[in-house]
Amino acid sequence: MPFRARHLLGIETLAPYEIVTLLDLSDSYVDLNRSRAKHSDKLAGLTQINMFFENSTRTQASFEIAGKRLGADVMNMSMAASSIKKGETLIDTALTLNAMHPDLLVVRHPHSGAVDLLAQKVNCAVLNAGDGRHEHPTQALLDALTIRRAKGKLHRLNIAICGDIAHSRVARSNILLLGKMENRIRLIGPRTLMPSQVAELGVEVYEDMREGLNGVDVVMMLRLQRERMDGGFIPSEREYYHRYGLDPEKLAYAKPDAIVMHPGPMNRGVEIDGTLADDINRSVIQDQVEMGVAVRMAAMDLLAQNRATATPGVMV
Amino acid sequence: MTEFALVNARLIDPEQEDETQGGLIVRNGTIAARLRPGDSPPDIPSIDCDGKCLAPGIVDIGVKVGEPGERHKESFKTAGRAAVAGGVTTMVIRPDTTPAIDNPETLEFVMRRAAGVCPARIAPMAALTKSRAGREMVEMGFLMDAGAVAFSDGDTVVQDHKVLSRALTYAASLGALVITHPQDPGLSKGAAVTSGKFATLRGLPAVSPVAERMGLERDLALVEMCGTRYHADQITTARSLPALRRAKDAGLDVTAGVSIHHLTLNEFDVGDYRTFFKVKPPLRSEDDRLAVAGAVAEGTIDVICSMHTPQDEESKRLPFEEAASGAVGLETLLPAAMRLVQNGNLNLPTLWRALSLNPARRLGLENGRLSVGAPADLVLFDPNAPFVLDRFKLNSKSKNTPFDGARMEGKVLRTFVGGAQVFGPGDS
Repeated sequence: MPFRARHLLGIETLAPYEIVTLLDLSDSYVDLNRSRAKHSDKLAGLTQINMFFENSTRTQASFEIAGKRLGADVMNMSMAASSIKKGETLIDTALTLNAMHPDLLVVRHPHSGAVDLLAQKVNCAVLNAGDGRHEHPTQALLDALTIRRAKGKLHRLNIAICGDIAHSRVARSNILLLGKMENRIRLIGPRTLMPSQVAELGVEVYEDMREGLNGVDVVMMLRLQRERMDGGFIPSEREYYHRYGLDPEKLAYAKPDAIVMHPGPMNRGVEIDGTLADDINRSVIQDQVEMGVAVRMAAMDLLAQNRATATPGVMV
Repeated sequence: MTEFALVNARLIDPEQEDETQGGLIVRNGTIAARLRPGDSPPDIPSIDCDGKCLAPGIVDIGVKVGEPGERHKESFKTAGRAAVAGGVTTMVIRPDTTPAIDNPETLEFVMRRAAGVCPARIAPMAALTKSRAGREMVEMGFLMDAGAVAFSDGDTVVQDHKVLSRALTYAASLGALVITHPQDPGLSKGAAVTSGKFATLRGLPAVSPVAERMGLERDLALVEMCGTRYHADQITTARSLPALRRAKDAGLDVTAGVSIHHLTLNEFDVGDYRTFFKVKPPLRSEDDRLAVAGAVAEGTIDVICSMHTPQDEESKRLPFEEAASGAVGLETLLPAAMRLVQNGNLNLPTLWRALSLNPARRLGLENGRLSVGAPADLVLFDPNAPFVLDRFKLNSKSKNTPFDGARMEGKVLRTFVGGAQVFGPGDS
């Protein structure tokens, strides 16, 4: 099945078969990454620029390794400390970079929709590495790959997403992706961290974590984004941990073979018990990191192919 | 003595709440007589209206002109041209300029800037508090003497109840009209859209419609206490309507407006972060839109305005949260309002009650009606003429319209201000 997208801006616009195509290709990159050579020349001669308007260590490293393993020339730009501070607008930054003829632009931005805006102004492929509270598509894809490999399927699973849903782009992308693949999704968290009318997205909402975890196949924990807590969404960290932190007692409500996921970085003792996170029988958190590189390789590979067939034209 | 006749017209009379065939005789800038069909045309120059609609010119409460301070976004000349091209004959201008229109000297400066270059009438509003900072009231008496028709801090909310209650009390003693923007500033802080499914999908910071109701309830409680003539600039949610009805039923001197954008668009029009659809308050749900349109039809909401807010490209070509709010509306007010007629929400006389009669009455202006003796501020338009809007053809200096590329119906053919044609074929 073909993968038609020119950019990877979000899960919302992907068709289920495009998701499957991407995950299938990712599987082959997992094998490559586990081999000794770990290198392909799929992106040789292409330039990949990572533009991070928001600090990131792991996602940026993952995209960088992915590009390098495919032979691309990778450049990292930490925009948090750059021209934006000098007053340049996002569009001017985009046009400046565009003039340098990059082939792949990986962008993270603190504002929802900023990556879409940028993609309208450049004529290379744009990958969204997270925009505000909107989407983080490669995270959802790597989560999907992790689930598919652990469970042997990516449909008809009961999946719980727990924690700070309101501020989470990871949650939005996962809700969209897992919904498209016909899973039952439960959201668990205090009402102050739940976006409004979220049930209309086709999910079940639980405030009691034990009830929400009852019989699920997958437990997806979210980071409690302390830096976004600008006005007391929860009374205290310890009350949060008591009610919504994942520990062995609460996990016992899930299916015995349920897997535990976390997009990282973890706050041990706030949203997840430290020993549980390290339990190799339940936790797939390290697998998620590994799948992340493979998924990003597959995404860039597919977008680079589409770039070659796309009609040339000036898009400004 | 100048005298001419407008014959063979479909007269839209918001005062009589009817539409009739006929014509008007205009003498020395005022409406001198009504012609009935079959009346022999008088022996004076006459304009054949070809059966098209002739209505009072629109009185638009809340037009932002960029003078002083933001002339690169809109000047009196460009705003005036846009107004008459859209059938707006009186622009009630906002004081949220830089600096604010908060003293009689600035008001005089503004009126001087407009004189001679602006083909539409100007009725200025002045700020309610100095620098719109919500701390000290302006010199209301002097400003009224200088021509201020109302007092408003624009979309800034006076947060201190005591300051607002004193300003309302002082205004009441002068019989001044106070206009506020009902909104709870705490709840709406940082919000770019209305909370709900759309905001959740797009991951944008959102405000509950309850914030508008809370702001309105607060303002109405103080108005009840102070006995002020009061107008809410924009009521855009169903939840605010019971409070408004209660206040009116209790006999308070209260009116309310709504912008044409909240009557014709909803939150989903923002789509993929289109910043031209970012307005203040944010666009609402379709349920709210329908409720508010119903409230206009039944008269709970009195006034429809354009809330004309010019913004240049630089303020809009930004990520949605960072982009400026506001949309231009002078030229699109009439065709957009025709959508309400085509959808069966309103008939033409009811629409014109909200576009010209009510706002003029509220501000104590003579125009806004077709009666004999009223100023001949008129718009002749074809309600069914279709067109596709091209934003670069707008007269406004700023082109930030949400209707770019939209199919619309309703074209202004001629506009008269005080009996003089200011827009139309062969205008001077």
